[in-house]
Amino acid sequence: MIASADISRARGPRWNIASWLYISPLVLVLIPFFVMPILVVLVASFMEHDGFGGMIAHFTLENYASIFTASLTWKLYLSTIKFAVLTWGLTLVIGFWIAYFLVFHVRNQLLAIGLFLLCTVPFWTSNIIRMISWIPLLGKNGLVNAGLISTGLIDQPLEFLLFSDFAVVVAYTHQLTIFMIVPIFNAMSRIDKRTLEAARDAGASRFEIMRHIVVPLSRNGVALGSIFVLSIVMGDFFVVKVMSGGGSASVVSALFEDIGVLQYPPAAAAAVVLLLVVVVMIALILRTVDVRKEIAR
Amino acid sequence: MRATPVPIVRFPRTARRVAVYRDENKRPWTFWVLAALFTAYVLALYGPMLCIYVLSFQDVRGGLVFPMKGLSLHWFVDLFTQVRTGDVKGGFERSILLAIGVTVLTVVGSFMAGLAFRNRFKGDGIVFYLMIGSLVAPGLVLGIGVGLLFQYLGLQASWYTSALGAHLSWTLPFGVLVMFAVMSRFDRAWEEAARDLGATRWQIIRMVVVPILAPGIVAVALFGFTLSYDEFSRTLQTSGPLNTLPLEIWSMTLNVTSPSLYALGTVTTLASFLIIGVCLGAIALMQKRRSNQLGRQ
Repeated sequence: MIASADISRARGPRWNIASWLYISPLVLVLIPFFVMPILVVLVASFMEHDGFGGMIAHFTLENYASIFTASLTWKLYLSTIKFAVLTWGLTLVIGFWIAYFLVFHVRNQLLAIGLFLLCTVPFWTSNIIRMISWIPLLGKNGLVNAGLISTGLIDQPLEFLLFSDFAVVVAYTHQLTIFMIVPIFNAMSRIDKRTLEAARDAGASRFEIMRHIVVPLSRNGVALGSIFVLSIVMGDFFVVKVMSGGGSASVVSALFEDIGVLQYPPAAAAAVVLLLVVVVMIALILRTVDVRKEIAR
Repeated sequence: MRATPVPIVRFPRTARRVAVYRDENKRPWTFWVLAALFTAYVLALYGPMLCIYVLSFQDVRGGLVFPMKGLSLHWFVDLFTQVRTGDVKGGFERSILLAIGVTVLTVVGSFMAGLAFRNRFKGDGIVFYLMIGSLVAPGLVLGIGVGLLFQYLGLQASWYTSALGAHLSWTLPFGVLVMFAVMSRFDRAWEEAARDLGATRWQIIRMVVVPILAPGIVAVALFGFTLSYDEFSRTLQTSGPLNTLPLEIWSMTLNVTSPSLYALGTVTTLASFLIIGVCLGAIALMQKRRSNQLGRQ
């Protein structure tokens, strides 16, 4: 078997009917529900609109021109990217150390799996509900303010806790850290513990083990987690809308406003630009790692 | 791995200390720091949610923040009887049905795609990058695309056609990635052994691959169910005239400022926990059966 696999590798990939049969359900979903919708959006972005929800099939670059000339666009992207970077940094740091703790510090494997599940359970409940659940804590009369006042640290309730950029980042981190923990946990639990022991026996300090073994071998997990976190934050409008109390906007929330007034072609153009930005970001991450290595060892 | 080998003679003292620490089984200081981080994370994860569950059991005087006013099931009754809170019951049913459909299709599709992606074949790169694109495309953008496509084709958007497809375009790539992680632990020697013993392709899948990967397949099912049950931005433009539960919750967050919002949170979380419980029970049962079989040999 090994010999035949080597031969097929030497010849390079071939057309393989069985493989295409296996992949056909995926393709049958991707073509009508990803490729075609994106093409429709692309076409719509070059159309004129009559201002009443109608689209006129007449080629124009007006929609793109107005996006790139509006200073609002740059502000929106700046604000969205600010949230994305803050959330990414926080989820990466928290997620990495939690995964590290579970894999390398908790010695009882059953306990490690139990604690891991404890982290993942909230992921299986509604995101919207989890976001709303910050209201009784962070609100003006919420628990955090009440606690701080009763300890005498402050005498006025802190206003910035809820309906602010702070609240947006808190909600994102709350929701998305799990997207970092799971792939990093997966990558780390595949590190052979004997490698670490060998390094320790060879006299490596714990910092050196971290730098030369754990970090390089968790890289795929970090990349996968980053893809999830960045693409979700870039595509979100719900958290920004609710948690900022309308004070901040994101690229998608502006797009949503356009849809609300049935301005399809400008919204489509904004969507195309956003999609390109996200794809470039993800492509840069994919350049650093081979996600498919996760399967083809 | 580019780990620079550290000669043991350079750190004889460290090496000795490590040996001692292993004998005594003493925890390094980082254990306590990370344990504290983990505890803080779990508290931050569950704390806010517990707050809203508690607050949903207030009586009619209840508000959105602490202190608790009375104790009753008033807001649960309110949730299912009041017209102003929308069609919660219908949304709940539709969301469950949709999630079940998405789960079945996701499990089948991602299992098959996972099998296919183990080999290189011509065109695999295109499918893989389309899949990543579908995964990272902002949900609202994709929803708009699907909505416009259905409009253009003259089809009526509904939760069981367009929303189903829109959900699959996100759950299926996600499921395939989880499948990658699951299958990376699968030793192909087992499959080859079965083939050498004369098993057909279908027998190999049914009697070797599926039983071994079963826990991972249940995990994919759990992901599929939750991602669909909770999906908001992809549903917004694709659900047609009838709302799913996340859309009901969304409109409630904009209109309702009473604890019935929290009651809804409690109800949906209970539903999620029920499903997680069933899935984990299934995994535990499978593991037990497998270890029994191993024990018998």
